Amino acid sequence: MKSETLAALQEARTKRQAVTLATRLGDGAEGLVYRDSVKGDLAGDAAIVSAARGAMEVGRSETVEIGGQKVFLNVYVPPPRLIIVGAVHIAQSLAPMATMLEFDVTVVDPRGAWATANRFPGVKVIKDWADEAFQEMGLDVSTAVVTLTHDPKLDDPALESALKSDVFYIGALGSRRTHAKRKERLAEVGITDEMFARIHGPVGLNIGAKSPAEIAVSILGQIIEVRARRLEALAAPKAAAA
Amino acid sequence: MSDALEVLDQVGKWKASGKGVAVATVITTWGSSPRPVGSQLGVDDSGEMVGSVSGGCIEGAVVQEALAAIKDGKPRLLDFGVTDEQAWDVGLACGGKVQVFVEKVS
Repeated sequence: MKSETLAALQEARTKRQAVTLATRLGDGAEGLVYRDSVKGDLAGDAAIVSAARGAMEVGRSETVEIGGQKVFLNVYVPPPRLIIVGAVHIAQSLAPMATMLEFDVTVVDPRGAWATANRFPGVKVIKDWADEAFQEMGLDVSTAVVTLTHDPKLDDPALESALKSDVFYIGALGSRRTHAKRKERLAEVGITDEMFARIHGPVGLNIGAKSPAEIAVSILGQIIEVRARRLEALAAPKAAAA
Repeated sequence: MSDALEVLDQVGKWKASGKGVAVATVITTWGSSPRPVGSQLGVDDSGEMVGSVSGGCIEGAVVQEALAAIKDGKPRLLDFGVTDEQAWDVGLACGGKVQVFVEKVS
């Protein structure tokens, strides 16, 4: 691997850009294939570039044989992102656990007393309203959003924005009763029953979680499950065809 | 942070500090191998490691090959599996097979 390749992979991560590194195993020649550009020794090989983009689509690294040569396609997709709305007690457990699970974690809360770096060491903290922060960050298909404030003023706009994006997971803290009331409020701003059904509420797997840390485990268990099923579904047609 | 990129971060730091560095990558797996395709192990010229290509079974052997790659600059393709006697010795006890590509960072 060339030093420039290493630097390019790191840059792609910072920009949350997907890239496939194609390496010809015989001689170590490399090509970096992005969604809309290509660079490196193998940039001129159309078959390799096309295979690299295919691997990127399903997010799966693999070794392929092209023109009698073995080529390894290593797919680097941006890490999944977790946005926690509400810099509350549960968030203080959820943020470090999610970081350990290799999520790129951001905590959003407009309330200055809560949204402090001290309460969330090593995690990005944005002191702003969620819908404004979302606009800045750009919600994508590798993002999960969890609302924890219990306050409709803060949670509702966040849920409304998340529902209008293609994030892979939306969870909202609150009892069944709270969740039913939430449904009525969101209906007033045009969220249909079908859209509302995307929200996991009450949030998390039903494991009898009580403490903030236990609730964080139940939420992350659910996020892991939803994400894994989605990736399985994406990979399935390809596996069937192979 | 995805673990592959965490490995590359450390590899970048080693490289920037003037060390010889190699990267080993799992490129094919069969059966119940412990780490998925794309998993990486970074190795510096003193044998320091970051990341993993197995549950700890074959790292020792991979590090030896990585050190050799740092010296001669040539990429290597390694096969480990229960059918391979050397692999059994280094202990891929889970019964899977893996193929690992080792290359120097130039």
